[in-house]
Amino acid sequence: MLQAKAGQFFSSGHTNNWAVLVCTSRFWFNYRHVANTLSVYRSVKRLGIPDSHIVLMLADDMACNHRNPKPATVFSHKNMELNVYGDDVEVDYRGYEVTVENFLRVLTGRLPPSTPRSKRLLSDDHSNILIYLTGHGGNGFLKFQDSEEISNVELADAFEQMWTKRRYNELLFIIDTCQGASMYERFYSPNLMALASSQVGEDSLSHQPDLAIGVHLMDRYTFYLLEFLEDIHPASTANMNDLFKVCPKSQCVSTPGHRTDLFLRDPGNVLITDFFGSVRKVEITMETINLTAPMVKVTSHIKCYREELTVLSSRTKG
Amino acid sequence: MGLLSDPNRRRALTKLLTRLNAPICGMPVDWLVKTMQSRGLEVFTQSFTRKLPFPDENKERYMVRGTNVYGILRAPRAPRTEALVLSAPCSEGNNNNQAVGLLLGLAQYFRSQIHWAKDIIFLVNEHDLIGMQAWLEGYHHTNTTGGDWSPLQGRGGSIQAALSLELSSDVITSLDLVLEGLNGQLPNLDLANLFYAFCQKIGVLCTIQGKLQRNDWDTTSGYSHAAQTMMLMVLKQASGRPWGDHGLFLRYHIEAASIRGINSFRQYKTDTTTIGRLLEGMYRKLNNLLERLHQSYFFYLMPSLSRFVSIGYYMPAFGLLAVILLLRALDLWVQLGASPPGTEDGPSSPGVLSILTPVVISHMTGVALYTLPILSQEMAVQHFPVSETEAVVLTAIAIYTAGLALPHNTHRLLQGEGTEEGWRVLKLVALLYLAVLLGCTALINFSLGFILALSLVPIAAFITPHTPKALSAAIMVLLSPGCTLLYCVFVFQELQETPVSLQDGWMLFLSVISQGILDHALYGSLVYPLLALLIYPCWLLLWNILFWK
Repeated sequence: MLQAKAGQFFSSGHTNNWAVLVCTSRFWFNYRHVANTLSVYRSVKRLGIPDSHIVLMLADDMACNHRNPKPATVFSHKNMELNVYGDDVEVDYRGYEVTVENFLRVLTGRLPPSTPRSKRLLSDDHSNILIYLTGHGGNGFLKFQDSEEISNVELADAFEQMWTKRRYNELLFIIDTCQGASMYERFYSPNLMALASSQVGEDSLSHQPDLAIGVHLMDRYTFYLLEFLEDIHPASTANMNDLFKVCPKSQCVSTPGHRTDLFLRDPGNVLITDFFGSVRKVEITMETINLTAPMVKVTSHIKCYREELTVLSSRTKG
Repeated sequence: MGLLSDPNRRRALTKLLTRLNAPICGMPVDWLVKTMQSRGLEVFTQSFTRKLPFPDENKERYMVRGTNVYGILRAPRAPRTEALVLSAPCSEGNNNNQAVGLLLGLAQYFRSQIHWAKDIIFLVNEHDLIGMQAWLEGYHHTNTTGGDWSPLQGRGGSIQAALSLELSSDVITSLDLVLEGLNGQLPNLDLANLFYAFCQKIGVLCTIQGKLQRNDWDTTSGYSHAAQTMMLMVLKQASGRPWGDHGLFLRYHIEAASIRGINSFRQYKTDTTTIGRLLEGMYRKLNNLLERLHQSYFFYLMPSLSRFVSIGYYMPAFGLLAVILLLRALDLWVQLGASPPGTEDGPSSPGVLSILTPVVISHMTGVALYTLPILSQEMAVQHFPVSETEAVVLTAIAIYTAGLALPHNTHRLLQGEGTEEGWRVLKLVALLYLAVLLGCTALINFSLGFILALSLVPIAAFITPHTPKALSAAIMVLLSPGCTLLYCVFVFQELQETPVSLQDGWMLFLSVISQGILDHALYGSLVYPLLALLIYPCWLLLWNILFWK
């Protein structure tokens, strides 16, 4: 019986997890974007990914902003229930370092030799990477720092570079901005799964203002995402189909979307912890398992499927 | 006009008061300094002196001396680069006795908050606008109006926004927002929107021009109410004087407004704590600002607090009036081009000299109207039993009326002028001059430009030497700038629901003239020089054309 399940141990094909979490907006009234990113950071750390494998990019410092009536805190729930800042937040790119150029260099690995390890994405072809972007966006672009934009074509090309350089095994892309679905329209590399908080033409809305702090604390999609992730623990068997159900239109007001056509495995077989946690599959057993039977490695599948994939596959509406 | 119009009696009283060392406006400087310091502010004072060109009815003396007291609440964690100002003028008697108390209460409350990212300056200024002008000039290191003040010891960075409080009783039924500033400048509309939003939120009645908003927009009476409110704003903006202490901030690109508490004996009253909450909310919003207010309109007219008419809507109305002048000028140009040249013995054009003469004489009358009233007040007071203010105003009116006699006199000076072409060329010049003048005025102060256009464009368009003289002369005098001002005074009083009799209206008119002259001398208001040096000569040119022989 365990032998039957042995296939599961090698099914995902990844050996390490990375996360790149980016908040692209600055200024005090964009408090919620920093809170969004820190909430995902918190979940990802709790589920096991260490700081050395997380590249956290925050465009502004909300905790120490002069206008913050609760200095050194960033709250994600009103009435100050949950402080996502804490003592052990390690920000790798801060303030004006969060630029489109730096983001793309992190993804593609083309950084100057003097860049420290904490600022690099040192992934290999067995890494599962989670990329989370939040900020202000539009149809086909995401605004960085109120002064520049990244387009969906640039992002798709960056992912293609990553694929060609064998920098990921599988990649989960989550974006929480207005018209977020436009950012994953142009992807054409294999093994990409994407989620967005709203469709083209829709705005992503913020969740709740806190009257003491005076700003909106979170965006709706990430608020419900955080609620969902709080229930996930390292041994959880929740899969991607559950993630797609997070924040239906009744809660989010916008329609979240996802795209799985470039992904080789069935989303129902992909565990949440494959991307959000750093989980080692360890099961203690006294039995012996016969591993001499040939096992089909996933990487060969990838080589077969690559020729079949067309460049601009059809969009998947959520 | 004024309690002490006999200069001898006034001098006696002044001597008595100076001997007794009793100030007319007592500002408790030491007490204010001590109280502000005890609330944790950095307190500084500024003393200033100002010599008025003539003593007006409020001040009753030439030299005004005073002290401004201000305390700076430093932002706990921010660098000292930006500031907000909350000011309360210290007026005589019971005029503003509650505002300073509220200011000090707010200072104490704000001191205990840590979320201030800008310094807050609590300013108590003496002698209203004079003190405010001295403070602003000292703060920005400029001296445009020739006052004498001591330099400021403490500063707070660049001021982003300012509010001025006027509360005369501790029980308020509504709050009035005053926006019009010097030379008709207005703060950004976002400041008015901010005030309105907070009034709605806290549940305080708010008014603009002292009128409550009505909900029936579609009915005739609702529409006329809104139109009346807007007309009040137009008249206030056209006067070019700052209608609150905030009016002087606008020149330095600081968005400012005045909030006045009104007690109109309604049933529902609000207390000072509610007003404090409203102000706290407004200041917290201003604190969160990262840039100066610039997203909303700077040029607008408000028929009510929740509606506005932007410049894109009202400028075409003025444009159409100005087009009349240009079309008439075009018509004259065509006529001049079509008339056969060289039909006279003299030079083919009527000669620059005959055009230049009326122009020069009109402008010199304008210069006389601008300078003589103030210069000759001493002489007038010696010869006539009037006070200095009355002397100034009556001299101005005398020069204005004397200008009506000019065309007859200039004709005695020159001979041989008076051709058909002559008056056409003069009218062409006058029309273009008026069009440029009104255009520039409307750009800076739309209300002033529009009111002047309404009265001057008809006469400029129709006046020729061939229209019936008596009727045209009467119409010209009735539509002259001076009479327009008189009508505006009556209309203003009517709209404010305090209509005045002819006698009181005339006294009000005289005081408006004296205030206009004083505003120009003290704060740099441009209405008086514009009317005296540019509009009045233009009107005289048209008067000259009417009596062309």
